[in-house]
Parts: sequence; C-alpha cells; structure tokens
Amino acid sequence: MKRRDFIQLTGLGLGALTMPVPLFGQSVDPLQLLATGMEVAQKKQLADVALQAAKSNGATYADIRIGRYLNQYIYTRESQVQNIVNAESFGAGIRVIANGTWGFASTNDVTPEGIAKATNQALAIAKANSRLQKEPVQLVPAKGYGEVSWKTPIERNAFEVPVSEKVDLLLSANAAAIQNGAQFVNSALFFVNEQKYFASTDGSYIDQDIHRVWPTFTVTATDPATGKFKTRDALSSPMGMGYEYLTGNGAGKIAGPQGTELALYKNSYDIKEDAIAAAKQAKAKLKAKSVDPGKYTLVLEPNHLGLTIHESVGHPTELDRVLGYEANYAGTSFATLDKWQTKKFNYGSKQVTIFADKTQPGSLGAVGWDDEGVKTKRWDIIKDGVLVNYQAIRDQAKIIGETESHGCCYADSWSSVQFQRMPNVSLAPGKAKLNVNDMIKDVDRGIYIAGRGSYSIDQQRYNFQFGGQLFYEIKGGKIVGMLDDVAYQANTQEFWNSCSKICDESDYRMFGSFFDGKGQPSQISAVSHGSSTARFDGVNVINTARKI
Amino acid sequence: MAILTKEEARQILEKVLSFSKADECTVSLTGTQGGNIRYARNEVSTSGEETNRNLTILSSFGKRSGTASINEFDDASLEKVVRRAEELAKLAPENPEFVSILGPQQYAESAAFFDSTANINPEFRAKVAENSIVPATQKDVTAAGFLQHSSGFDSMMNSKKLFAYQKNSNVDFTVTMRTSDGQGSGWASRDFNDASKLNAAEASEIAIQKAVNSRAAKAIEPGKYTVILEPAAAVTLIDNMMSNFNARTADEGRSFLSKPGGKNKLNEKIVDERVTIYTDPMDPNLPGSTWTNEGLPRTRTEWIKNGVVQKLYYDRFWASQKGAEAVAPPNNIIMQGGTGSLEDLIKGTERGVLVTRLWYIRAVDPQTLLYTGLTRDGTFYIENGQIKYPVKNFRFNESPVIMLNNLDALGKPQRVEGNLIPPMRIRDFTFTSLSDAV
Repeated sequence: MKRRDFIQLTGLGLGALTMPVPLFGQSVDPLQLLATGMEVAQKKQLADVALQAAKSNGATYADIRIGRYLNQYIYTRESQVQNIVNAESFGAGIRVIANGTWGFASTNDVTPEGIAKATNQALAIAKANSRLQKEPVQLVPAKGYGEVSWKTPIERNAFEVPVSEKVDLLLSANAAAIQNGAQFVNSALFFVNEQKYFASTDGSYIDQDIHRVWPTFTVTATDPATGKFKTRDALSSPMGMGYEYLTGNGAGKIAGPQGTELALYKNSYDIKEDAIAAAKQAKAKLKAKSVDPGKYTLVLEPNHLGLTIHESVGHPTELDRVLGYEANYAGTSFATLDKWQTKKFNYGSKQVTIFADKTQPGSLGAVGWDDEGVKTKRWDIIKDGVLVNYQAIRDQAKIIGETESHGCCYADSWSSVQFQRMPNVSLAPGKAKLNVNDMIKDVDRGIYIAGRGSYSIDQQRYNFQFGGQLFYEIKGGKIVGMLDDVAYQANTQEFWNSCSKICDESDYRMFGSFFDGKGQPSQISAVSHGSSTARFDGVNVINTARKI
Repeated sequence: MAILTKEEARQILEKVLSFSKADECTVSLTGTQGGNIRYARNEVSTSGEETNRNLTILSSFGKRSGTASINEFDDASLEKVVRRAEELAKLAPENPEFVSILGPQQYAESAAFFDSTANINPEFRAKVAENSIVPATQKDVTAAGFLQHSSGFDSMMNSKKLFAYQKNSNVDFTVTMRTSDGQGSGWASRDFNDASKLNAAEASEIAIQKAVNSRAAKAIEPGKYTVILEPAAAVTLIDNMMSNFNARTADEGRSFLSKPGGKNKLNEKIVDERVTIYTDPMDPNLPGSTWTNEGLPRTRTEWIKNGVVQKLYYDRFWASQKGAEAVAPPNNIIMQGGTGSLEDLIKGTERGVLVTRLWYIRAVDPQTLLYTGLTRDGTFYIENGQIKYPVKNFRFNESPVIMLNNLDALGKPQRVEGNLIPPMRIRDFTFTSLSDAV
C-alpha cells in the first residue's frame, strides 16, 4: 500500500545517496511545517469517537493513532542545489480486535464522521478475516497511563532553521571537499518530525513529538589517467536529535587510532571537517594497497560495527521473523526458539552482552511509549554470550513467556498498520579500561575498519559479508597504511564468538540506520546501534578487486 | 473512481493551467487504486485496499522552480496549489542546470492497462491465498505469500501545449514454501499487467516442489562453477547493470562505462556477442509506459547489440551539454535469448549448479560492478544433464559484466519482475563461501 506513495529521488550519484528515499505525504510550503497542528484536546475527542464506536460494535480492544508526519530533505551536488523536498502527511489509523482477530483501517478524513467510518471498516475487516484465524489474538496486559506526553530532548528544532542556512552548510562542505582534491560531492540533509497521538481502550492518551536528523555525503575522487575512481561516504550517524547535531562543530569527538588521523563523531558532527578528510582519503584510496586475502584480526570502529550488529543480531532476534511471519520477504532466523529454550546457546563469546533499549537519549529508536501504548525500556538479548531474549510486542510476548511487551511496536505512518520493529540494539562496552590504541598494540596482523560500507546477509542470518569506508593495515601492533578492496565474510555465531576484546565506555557511540525496511507492503523505520570499538580474531577477509 | 478517462484528465489539466502566472508550468495528474493480501504460517496476516489521486504542479520563473501537490480537486484548491508552486519558485535558488520544458510530443498508445486487474476484488485475493495455503497444508509445507495489485492512470500537460495520458495495471505475486522440518524452501514469483494470466496454484505448486526437493542439501566447496541462472536469479544483476547505463557518470569518470581520459565505452563490445538488450514499451508480453515524467517519449531502444554498447541514457541537461539526444533511462528490460527451455539447458550441462534466485544483492565495487549476494530457495547440483541433489546455499561475488562475458547458453526469455530475461548458463561464476541458511 505504501510503496506507491514512495517518491524515489534518484540520480544522485554514488554510495549512500543512490538509495531510493521513501517520502510520505504531500509536498508543502516549508512554513507549513511550522504550523502547530491539531490541539491535544481535539485529538482526545476524536480518539474517543473511535474507541467508543469500536467497543459498542463488538471490539474487545481498539487503538487509534492520529499522526502528523513532517519530512524535509535537501539534496546538493558540488555547487548546486538539486532538490528541496518539504512534505506533510496527516491522518488516523485505527486498529481493533473483533472475534479474536485484528482489523485495521486508516483515513485522512480526521473528523468524527471520518474516524467513525474507518473504525467500522477496521471492524468489518476483523470480522471477515476471523473465519481464517486459527487461534484468537492474545495481548499481554498493558497499563493505561491516562493523559501523558513525551518529546525528543532537542535543543534546536531543525524545521525552524531556515532552508538557506541548511543549503549554505551543505554547499560549504561540498566546496571544502572540492578544494581538497575531490572531483564530485553529493550531499544531503534529512529531517523527520513525527507528531503522534495514541489512545487505546486500555485508558492511555499519549501525545509524542519525535525528531530525527541525518546529514550525509558521498565524495568521489577520480584518476583520469587510469580511469580509476574511489568514494568515501560521511562518517556521520543519523540521530534522534535536533539541529544541534550539526552546529556543535564536532564537540566531544573521538580521535581515531594513531596512524589514521581520523576524527570520529559522537553527539555532534562537523560536516565540513569530515568532507575535507573524505576528499583526502578518497584520493588516498586510489593509491592504497590492495589487501592480501586471508585470516585477519579485525578492529571494528562503532560507526562500522553498528551495521554488523543490526544485520547479524538485530534482525535475527525479531520474534516475528523467528515465527515465520516474514518468510516470504526478509526471511526467517537461525536464532530459533529451541536454541533460546536451552538457555545456553552461545551466540557470542563471554565478552558479548547485547541489549535492546528504546530509551537511550539521542538514539533513533527513543520514544516514551511505543505505537501500542507500551512504556519503553531496556532489556538484554544476549547476556555474557548467551541468547536470552527476543524483541516482542503485545500479541507475541506470551509466546516467549513474558508478562509484558518489550515496547517495540511501530508504524511508519498513520496509514500503515503497526507491527514489531527493531529497537535500538547495542553492544555493551567492555568493563575493563581499554582504549583503541591499547587494543591495536596487541594485534600482530589485522585490519582497522571504519564507516558503513557494502553489506549482505542470508535470509536466516548465518552468512554475511561487509565492506567499510576506510581500511587500515595493522602490523606488529601498529597501523602501517591504508588498504583497499577489503570485505570480510563470516558466520554470525562464529563471528560473535571470535569477539575477544571490547573498548570501555569512553569509546561508546551510536551508529544509525535511517531507512530500515521490513514487511509487505514495505515500511521503513529508524534505529540506532551503539558500541565501543571491538576486536574479532581470525576473520576471513577477501579481496574484492576484479577486472572487466 | 480513481481512474479518469483521457478527456476527464484533459479537462482538469486545462483548468489548472489556466490559473498559472509562471513563465513555465507543468501539471501532472495521476490516480491509482489497488490492494494486497499477505499470508504466512498458512493463514492470512494482513489485507488492505487503497485509492488515491494526486495533482502536482511544477512552476518556473527563469531558472527558479517550485513544486507543490494536492489531492483535493475543487476549483479553490486547484488555484491554491498553483499559487503555492509559484511562491516556492520565487523563493528557490537559480538552478544552473535548468532546462526549459518540452513542447508537444508524439507518443505511442500504451497497452499496459487491463480491466481484469482493475476489477480484482477481495474474493480474488482470498482465492490466491487459498490456492497456496490449501496445497501447502496437504504436503506438510508452510506457505507465506504476498499479492499486490494496482491500476491507474498518469497524465500531464504543460504551458507549451504538451499533453500525455496513459493507463497501466500490474499484479505481482510471490510465494515462499517451507517444509515443516525447516530443511527445504522453495519460491516462485509471477507478474503481469493482465491479472487473468495469473495462476497462483501453478506458481505455488512449483514453490512446493522446490521446497520438497531441496531438503537435506549437501555442502559442496565454494569456488568457480558453471551455473544455470533461472530468469529470477539473473534479473537483478542485469537490471543493475542497465541502470548504470548513465552517460553523465560515464563521462565524469565514475562508472564501469568510463574509460581513461574522460571517454566512455559507447560503441565498444563489453559482453559476449550473443547478448542483445533492448527496451520496448509496445512489446505485447511487457507493455509499459510510453513517456517519462518529463514528457520524453519512450520508444524501442537498443542498449546492447551483439555485445556492443549502442546507447547510454542522457537527461536533458547533460544531452544539451554534450550535443546528444536526451534518452530516457531503461525500464522493462528485454534480453534476447534462445528457444530452449530451462530443462533443455539442464540437459546440456555436464556439471553445474542450478540457481532458483539470488538474494540480498548489494554493490561491492562500482568500478567493476561487482555485486555480492546469496542463492536462496532451491539450489541444485547438475551432473550429466540431470539434477542430482540439492546443495547448500552459496554466497557469490560476481559482476554482471564478467558473467555476460562467460556466457555459455541462453534459453527462452520469461517475464520476471517487469522484465523479459532468459534462463542462462554461465561459466566460472564465483561462489566465495557457503551458507547454512534454508
């Protein structure tokens, strides 16, 4: 249903910016994004229309989400603006349980009549589909919270920043990259604001205001003499923050290991500084040594390791995948219930504790309550190497013996039905004091990898292959130079069992995925993955250079 | 009713244009209606319907442009959206790559719309699910599938008197069958403009057979193998190669079609001489759109003939810079093949691997168009012209350019994911590791 609403903004060059970007809603005047929208009291009245209509027509449960979704995307290349997209989408989605079966309908007619009509549609769908239902839906209890609210703790609302300021920022970063030897730069800013009102028959009326930002670019260096070209993508992370992520000039940044001269960012990003470094590094990649394939010790930087966590731990521990609901699309999971039930399935080494958390400040997944009114929390998925839990929502929690939902239900629009989506899934930092330079000192033959690159993993999440943005050769405990054509392949369980060291909390920072896809019709979601730099032993590295 | 006739669309577009005060104005009006059904664990999980109509205005003053859209159609709303686009255009920075809009064009009459698809109702959708779930249950197999259909129209008119209108319809069906012991998995996909051609029972039966036959797969060493790629296995790699036929990136020195010294590979042989790839919106097996959203006509275009690059696509700005003709990017790709069936290709194979589909395909190196991904849902070892046993899935690292240079044989093209692609036998396809995934 959603896919036809996607506007694919293509033709933006290479790397991250070639991704088709889904956009919801009507394109609007940027000033319209600043309008405050419907009053909370009015939303409550409309919500009560749906809840009462549902209850009086046989629903045993009902919820309504009245949502206003704002997007602003700005695209540039070199010295010109390619596109500025402002979009707004407003409507309501109503979900009911009748005859033990889910029904869902949505409407952009946010009036008592429109809401009542959509509620009746949801009831009709539930009743029609109930003849195909084998067992009635069972929800674990959720507390009614009354009238409450939550807001992403932002310092500066990105939608209040003039477009000209944003354009100037991108064009100055582009110019800096060109001055430092890049031939091409594509850059973009993405801003999202979800204004969501949720109400349910459990007695919750929850008003939330959620903000996300993502600055990114791809710099290209070419060598006309040889016809070779190399790219370097931004080392930024999408964040659950306001515009302050872009104006802090990289305050609190972390220096990369000795021998790399890398600047790595935490809660503040300096796009111009990173663009200059990217231009120099893309040029250096043109002359970097092609890797010798074989087994290496890998030292993985958090802005790289986050994607490996996402693919090899985040997705396989989604309970709907484990149960087979995603079998026809994303696939199922090797992390089956029987393995979890043994309470000794070694997902990773003893160093590895991986936790889910919907409350981490600055993270993309942080909200006060999820899209079915469950208060968010933190829980362990892998504890000291052992698989201990999954990601579940209200209609699944009972299957794994939980008495409450994990609070990770999400819909990407008022018009999409909410379902289980990945919370922030993060690797806990090492308990012993350890920095990245000390970690590298012990590595005899290794590679330090930074940044998000190519990624691919099978439909049960056993076999994966990852690239990166920057690769540095480690010899005798020291970084000796840049490498190219690097990708590593591993089996998920073997890989996490080869994790021998994790840097301490001072090195911890977040990677993010802004447009994670799941479901049919596909829905997007944004999620963060925190970690400190970690060491993995004996990982298989291949050389990806070919001749055509 | 979301689907307007040509005359109904023309009347609305003329009215909207009459409100324009900009130097140039383009109005696009589209409408779609459609639905879907999803099932898993042998029961329906979600189902829905959607109808939408949308009007988009692009207004320009000099080199400044603004866009606005709306889905309300009273006169006041129509005028409001035109004013909004004009206000945004006045605020926008000048676009140095601005190109003036096209004048009237000639388009072929698209034949991509079928009433059979527009008339799909909830019973049709439920029957599709039933045609998978019932046979699956009988064979101790679990069905998961998705049917999605849409019908609609696209129209546009501009202040230089260009007018275009076309209708289209599509139905896409995919189904995964997994044996209850978790040891076998099979898959099939079908897509048509005309829903009356969809036989979900036939596709489901193939997926069941693949699931049952792929149980107890043997591990064989990764390495270079002769492979037979079914059309569903080859399509994404071919599609990705064609989407990189961009003249600008080739000229800029950042494409697999770039050459040292700022040149590109137009008119050069890049793959085996048996490879011919073209697009044709009037092909009866693959009827498509006859114009682009800029108003450029889509006509039969040869991209690769006998292995030689015939054409790259140019946007209108880059065409003006290079003195070239603007060419729309390829979509609905047609790759010529032979006359033999998949079975004929298997019979002619001494030793090789049959691949049902490739999955999670991602670019590794844009310089060589190297991609990685995995086999999925039915991978089999062939010996002396016969399928001998199922094998475990492989990860591959391969470039479609290298693959099409190692071409051994082609079968008869089949429609897959909106393309016509032949099954193909390829020498020395590179598998780099094994996967335990079923």
